[in-house]
Amino acid sequence: MSTTTLSRYADLPALIGLMTGDEKHQAASASTLDALWVLYDRVLNLTPETVDDPDRDRFLLSKGHGPSAYYAVLATKGFIDVRTLRNWTEFDSPLGYHPDRVLVPGVEVGSGSLGHGLGLAVGTALGLRAQGRTKPRVFVLVGDGELDEGSNHEAIAAAGRLGLDAITVIAIDNRSATHGWPGGIAERFKVEGWAARTVSGRDHDALYSAFTTPHSGRPLVVVAHVNKKGSVR
Amino acid sequence: MRDTFVEAASAALDADPRLAVVLADISADRFADAAARHPDRVVNLGIREQLMIGVAGGLALTGMRPVVHTFAPFLIERAFEQIKLDLGHQDVGAVLVSNGGSYDVPSAGRTHMAPGDVAVLDSLPGWTVHVPGHATEAARLLEDAFRTDERVYVRLSERGNAAARPVGTGLVTVRAGSPRSLGVVVAVGPMLDRVLAATEGLDVTVAYTATVRPFDQEGLNRLVAAAGQADVLIVEPYLEGTSSHEIAAALSDRRHRQLSLGVSRAAEVRAYGNAADHDRVHGLDVEGIANAAREFFLV
Repeated sequence: MSTTTLSRYADLPALIGLMTGDEKHQAASASTLDALWVLYDRVLNLTPETVDDPDRDRFLLSKGHGPSAYYAVLATKGFIDVRTLRNWTEFDSPLGYHPDRVLVPGVEVGSGSLGHGLGLAVGTALGLRAQGRTKPRVFVLVGDGELDEGSNHEAIAAAGRLGLDAITVIAIDNRSATHGWPGGIAERFKVEGWAARTVSGRDHDALYSAFTTPHSGRPLVVVAHVNKKGSVR
Repeated sequence: MRDTFVEAASAALDADPRLAVVLADISADRFADAAARHPDRVVNLGIREQLMIGVAGGLALTGMRPVVHTFAPFLIERAFEQIKLDLGHQDVGAVLVSNGGSYDVPSAGRTHMAPGDVAVLDSLPGWTVHVPGHATEAARLLEDAFRTDERVYVRLSERGNAAARPVGTGLVTVRAGSPRSLGVVVAVGPMLDRVLAATEGLDVTVAYTATVRPFDQEGLNRLVAAAGQADVLIVEPYLEGTSSHEIAAALSDRRHRQLSLGVSRAAEVRAYGNAADHDRVHGLDVEGIANAAREFFLV
């Protein structure tokens, strides 16, 4: 298996290139790449061996569009075979334009339709709490455009009021929301009782520090700024 | 039936640490005692129906057994994509328990009616749908549903039949026709007593079921084979024709006729009043069913 060699951050562009056929641009434009890498490399207590451990951390990719960075990171960490990437979106491939939890080990939720991950995360956090499992953290990655969905606002309000501190939302802000968020995304969460951090979505240490910010009694949102959608650095 | 549900779910919360009840204010007062005993497993999310289903999916992903309850239009229609994706697509289950049915509270108007709930849910694979006709049946079906990991919809009604019937075993013959009978009448849930009254004196087999998905196709085929004519009338308390495709599939091996009675598809009934008024409008009172049956069976 080639996964042992393709296991570094520097390998991600090549892995994404297996799916897109374009090694030069896809990695740079993948808004989620760095946040995903920091999570899987330094934060999540999750390995291919612990995908069924009830005390594992959960990562819910709510923004299921453009999952090539996600698949590449899963490949570096051995959740999926690197060779699988080559055939993505083919009929018998487990990898599609939107990930399917039933087909890919380690993928916590199937997503693609926007606005589902946060609600599932609230239920997951409630389920863990009801079982007395205080160790697992529930990370959810959403896009700023995805926050337009009303379902997210139901979840943001409820998670704040219920004090679901197991939840960390990573909001990738590439300014793709049509009408924008006056005052910034973090403010929307803070008024609902969330702790909030805003960082550069490309700064690994800043992301790590934000993801590990203590937030006892309150859920946490990490707003990660990246280039505006469609722009070239 | 709603009180029966609250009793059954509260007892199950005490007995089964996997069970969790998800609410959106509706019936939350009735669960106050259970919530005091199990604050982590009775969750009232406020008026957030999309979130109810998302939360149910998340609970199930952690191994819990979620029970989600509100009025039928808010439970099945408002958050339908969540039902499709947060439960079905995630390959997890839940027990959805609705109240209100098609027009149990017609004074509330169209906003609180959901005659299409079973039909829209029927567009998704893998759902068991129970339509109990008596509180005792509801209790039995709920208790069974709590113990599984399946996707189950339990459609409770304020109305029902005088006596409980056997449930969970497919079509049950309530009145057997002769070998030369005119055909088979299937009564679903709360429709049975009215169907029995409406078909009094007709030589037909009257069969009952409180479970419409999966539909007992084999059972219907057997009943039709034993009848004089391969003619089937089904009377359902929700949208007319909801189970027509099941009957067609059940009888695909024989020439047959079928008629479905239910809440009319023709137009939105823009009126209040009481449930009996709406039964009349939709031809679901005894007289309406009797007229339709006599015409269909060529009496």
